[in-house]
Amino acid sequence: MPDIRFHSVFDIIGPVMVGPSSSHTAGASRIGKVVRDIFGEAPERIDVYLYESFAKTYRGHGTDVAIIGGLLGMAPDDPQLPDSLKLAHEAGIKVTFVPKSDKVNHPNSARIVLQKGDHKLSVLGESIGGGNIRITELNGFKISLSMGTPTYITIHDDVPGMIAAVTNIFSAAKINIGTMTVTREAKGERAIMIIEVDAYEPEILAQLKALPHMVNVTFFE
Amino acid sequence: MFYSIEELVAQSHDYPSVAELMIATEMDNTTRSREQIRQLMARNLEVMEQSVKEGVAGVHSLTGLTGGEAKKMDTYIEAGDFLSGQPILEAVRNAVAVNEVNAKMGLICATPTAGSAGVLAGVLTAVRDRLNMSRDQQIDFLFTAGAFGLVIANNAGIAGAEGGCQEEVGSASAMAAAALVIAKGGTVEQASAAVAITLQNMMGLVCDPVAGLVEVPCVKRNALGASQAMISADMVLAGMLSVIPTDEVIEAVRRVGVQLPSSLRETGEGGLAATPTAVALKKKIFG
Repeated sequence: MPDIRFHSVFDIIGPVMVGPSSSHTAGASRIGKVVRDIFGEAPERIDVYLYESFAKTYRGHGTDVAIIGGLLGMAPDDPQLPDSLKLAHEAGIKVTFVPKSDKVNHPNSARIVLQKGDHKLSVLGESIGGGNIRITELNGFKISLSMGTPTYITIHDDVPGMIAAVTNIFSAAKINIGTMTVTREAKGERAIMIIEVDAYEPEILAQLKALPHMVNVTFFE
Repeated sequence: MFYSIEELVAQSHDYPSVAELMIATEMDNTTRSREQIRQLMARNLEVMEQSVKEGVAGVHSLTGLTGGEAKKMDTYIEAGDFLSGQPILEAVRNAVAVNEVNAKMGLICATPTAGSAGVLAGVLTAVRDRLNMSRDQQIDFLFTAGAFGLVIANNAGIAGAEGGCQEEVGSASAMAAAALVIAKGGTVEQASAAVAITLQNMMGLVCDPVAGLVEVPCVKRNALGASQAMISADMVLAGMLSVIPTDEVIEAVRRVGVQLPSSLRETGEGGLAATPTAVALKKKIFG
């Protein structure tokens, strides 16, 4: 059986997006949007490191515009996407792009580093074609997040009992957890859980957010 | 879920159509209902139609490298004096229209990618009136194409940076050919053969965007990809077969993609992008 990277007919027919490239524009903006959602607040500073095809063609393909659009919370079909660099500048966000010559795992890769005061996040994203993406590294930890299935991402204090508290909520709602990744910035600081589930229940998001020591929870369909 | 064309063909016999198999699979894999799934696809169809209309009326990209040529083809078809056939030329016109809209950062539906979005929208809007297709049949056309595209995506790929244009316009043209065969009343086995025949001719096609823009040669490759989808469909409907099984052809496409050097995989460093004119254009546009 092949490595199944595409699960939905809408990975092939779709997304609806502003051009010109599904991998370099739509995929890039989706990576930006996921990173922004994980970060949970507007950054003061954005550094984007671009690799291989992204590094060579980012201006012609609008990859720079798309990543920043995503980081400002825009979806791939947002008509404001082409103006994102101007909007970021007006919001006082410092943005830099650094094309790199290093070899990486996938030819369409970007490392996005966000900062606000002491809060810092570094994410490596891959755009695998047709607007589909994978997140492969988060603050130096290897992860695999395909965004093809319903996924919750929690950011919380690194204290005992958090995993049990979170999984209890899913268990009570009779929602099956497919895969679960737990990682942290450093012992006793902030931890992250990535939870892929089989079904979406609107009330769960509020219940997760209400847990003590929870900093932020996001849901991706 | 089906992971090969062979499985797709076999499983489709348990359903009224390939489109119904795709919808049932989608319901299994996601939390969406049948109505939501059809509605999402209807929205994609609307965007495709709108992009064809916008492009045929005439648009221009920011760089000025592409635009206005769908309109030229429209005028040429109107005049009625041409070498090939009207359905093919309409598919060509409509494919160019979508990719001209894409190049100017307009709204399109990626099928499977934005750089290859013209092919499927181009052929569907060229044949739907001729085949008296209802709205539902047009939506089914997209599910059929998506089913074949999904197998190609999982066994080869759909990113020019991974495997060249053979995996973008090549995949688009192959899945369009399959959907055309079914829409014209062909069998799923014939649709599978159309995928094989199309990919055999697209194999090795490199991704060499001039100045790193999705304009030259992308727009015209969509036009020719659309024409090839129509011809492949007619070939299998005439009874022609593929000697090499479709799954083996897709695997060959994957292998060729891996063998392509990085300069021919969407880096703008090889092929047409390395010609003196392209190098001069890049300097003029980006300094």
